[in-house]
Amino acid sequence: MPNAIPEDSVGIVEPQIARFDTPLELACGRTLDSYELIYETYGTLNAERSNAVLICHALSGTHHAAGYHSMDDRKPGWWDAYIGPGKCIDTNQFFVVCLNNLGGCNGSTGPTSTNPATGQCYGPDFPVMTVPDWVESQLRLSDYLGIDVWAAVIGGSLGGMQALQWSINHPERMRNTAVIAAAPRLTAQNIAFNEVARQAIMSDPDFHDGRYAEHNTIPRQGLRLARMVGHITYLSEDAMGSKFGRDLRSEKINFGYDVEFQVESYLRYQGDTFSESFDANTYLLMTKALDYYDPAADFGGDLSKAMAQAKSNFLLISFSTDWRFSPARSEEIVNALTEAGKNVSYTCVESPHGHDAFLIPNEHYEKVFSAFMQRAAQSVGGDV
Amino acid sequence: MSLNRPDLKIIQQWVKPNDKVLDLGCGDGELLHYLQQTKQVHGYGLEIDPDKITTCIGKGVNVIQQNLDAGLTNFKDQSYDLVVMTQALQALRRPDMMLEEMLRVGKECIVTFPNFAYWRCRFYLALKGEMPVSKSLPHTWYDTPNIHLSTFRDFEQLCKDRRFTILDRAVGNGAHETHLASKLWPNLFGELAIYRVTR
Repeated sequence: MPNAIPEDSVGIVEPQIARFDTPLELACGRTLDSYELIYETYGTLNAERSNAVLICHALSGTHHAAGYHSMDDRKPGWWDAYIGPGKCIDTNQFFVVCLNNLGGCNGSTGPTSTNPATGQCYGPDFPVMTVPDWVESQLRLSDYLGIDVWAAVIGGSLGGMQALQWSINHPERMRNTAVIAAAPRLTAQNIAFNEVARQAIMSDPDFHDGRYAEHNTIPRQGLRLARMVGHITYLSEDAMGSKFGRDLRSEKINFGYDVEFQVESYLRYQGDTFSESFDANTYLLMTKALDYYDPAADFGGDLSKAMAQAKSNFLLISFSTDWRFSPARSEEIVNALTEAGKNVSYTCVESPHGHDAFLIPNEHYEKVFSAFMQRAAQSVGGDV
Repeated sequence: MSLNRPDLKIIQQWVKPNDKVLDLGCGDGELLHYLQQTKQVHGYGLEIDPDKITTCIGKGVNVIQQNLDAGLTNFKDQSYDLVVMTQALQALRRPDMMLEEMLRVGKECIVTFPNFAYWRCRFYLALKGEMPVSKSLPHTWYDTPNIHLSTFRDFEQLCKDRRFTILDRAVGNGAHETHLASKLWPNLFGELAIYRVTR
């Protein structure tokens, strides 16, 4: 709980819900006739409606990117380090919008929502979403909010993929794109990690083919394992080593299978917390969206042809110890952009924190990101 | 707007409007920023220093973090009109291979480097018997990034061996001007060598 709201925080924020009744055609061939998107906004939209910034969230992210919901909150939103007055995404200058993606489990329509066709929750019947599907739903939210052109579309990891897709699909509707710790598509190794996570969930006896809600249970063990595997891949070997080393919880080894090493305790804690708060069907759906992502596929496998559609200025950032989406993956996007002759800057930030580095304060990261956003603010014009 | 560095003043004269330019070791982006404003070039700077990268982004100069010693393999053959490298050639592990790379990627290249045969260097070494330290070569021998120092003559020999064509040669010196002596005897009176080269 914050005793007082920090000065550089957006403060207490309240989510809002937008309802859509125009059917949304999805890549899988199915259609969502109506749906809701939950979102938060920070800062003020200027009179020209030109200073809006869209934040796209990652695998387990939510619409709650910054600030607090109440004084009882233990932690602020997931990207609070980077969104707020005077921060990289400066809410004194920008009107920031962050939504929970379709298929999520934090308030937007998803597997835990009621299926109007059956009156029951969707569960496994909720359609599998893709990154382009999300971009189309986000475009509708833009229209709903009256934002013709985003000053910037920004995301990290899976969120970076959405930002990149925006730049390809809707170049006229954005001026700047920041793609952080992302990749132009997953490697076999990445898909493999996702498959282990899915198998962990689906092989849990409490999974009931995704209809666990009807059995008044959740596949707790499966989600827990899925998160543990995921979490290992988000950290670097060094970060884990320096955080836990081979430290034991008690003074000696016990020749048993209870928690003995600190790292085991940490992973179990992460898994436990996650399994109580995240929906298993959403997790499956999100990992599939990751696996399917491949914007070059529509352009004969040529990423530079895909990027040739774009008109915005780009900032690409990777992190030195990120092995889930390594710097080389970001550089593939950079190369496609330079080949297409687009405005792009790129930096690889030295950080020990692996993939998670995109969420963590870091001087070099903040300086580069701020410089890019300040340019974006200059091009916006008008006053807040 | 104007340029501060004397070598950049000379280089900009050789850049055509709307050229596609790659600036290797672009520093704070002074040259590209100037060329974008005055000649509408489209280009990218390559740089490894995080603070300089930040400065470039703040100026609206495209900058890509890249270690030049790793080559330019991410750029296609003949994809740029001009590849520039100012005062960095001497700090590379293999300047000859970098020149080959620059002329693979660019139709022309411009390089500048401190001339080690400049009379002050010669005097310093001859009289003091120590590695020259000067404004253009401010480091001591053990911590200098300049591991491949050369002279006008050395460079021209390399171009001859590799069959590169020298299109232009200019001389930069401490006085920020080209005086007659350095034009006549660049290898002795030129502090900075500036070349425009093609294959």
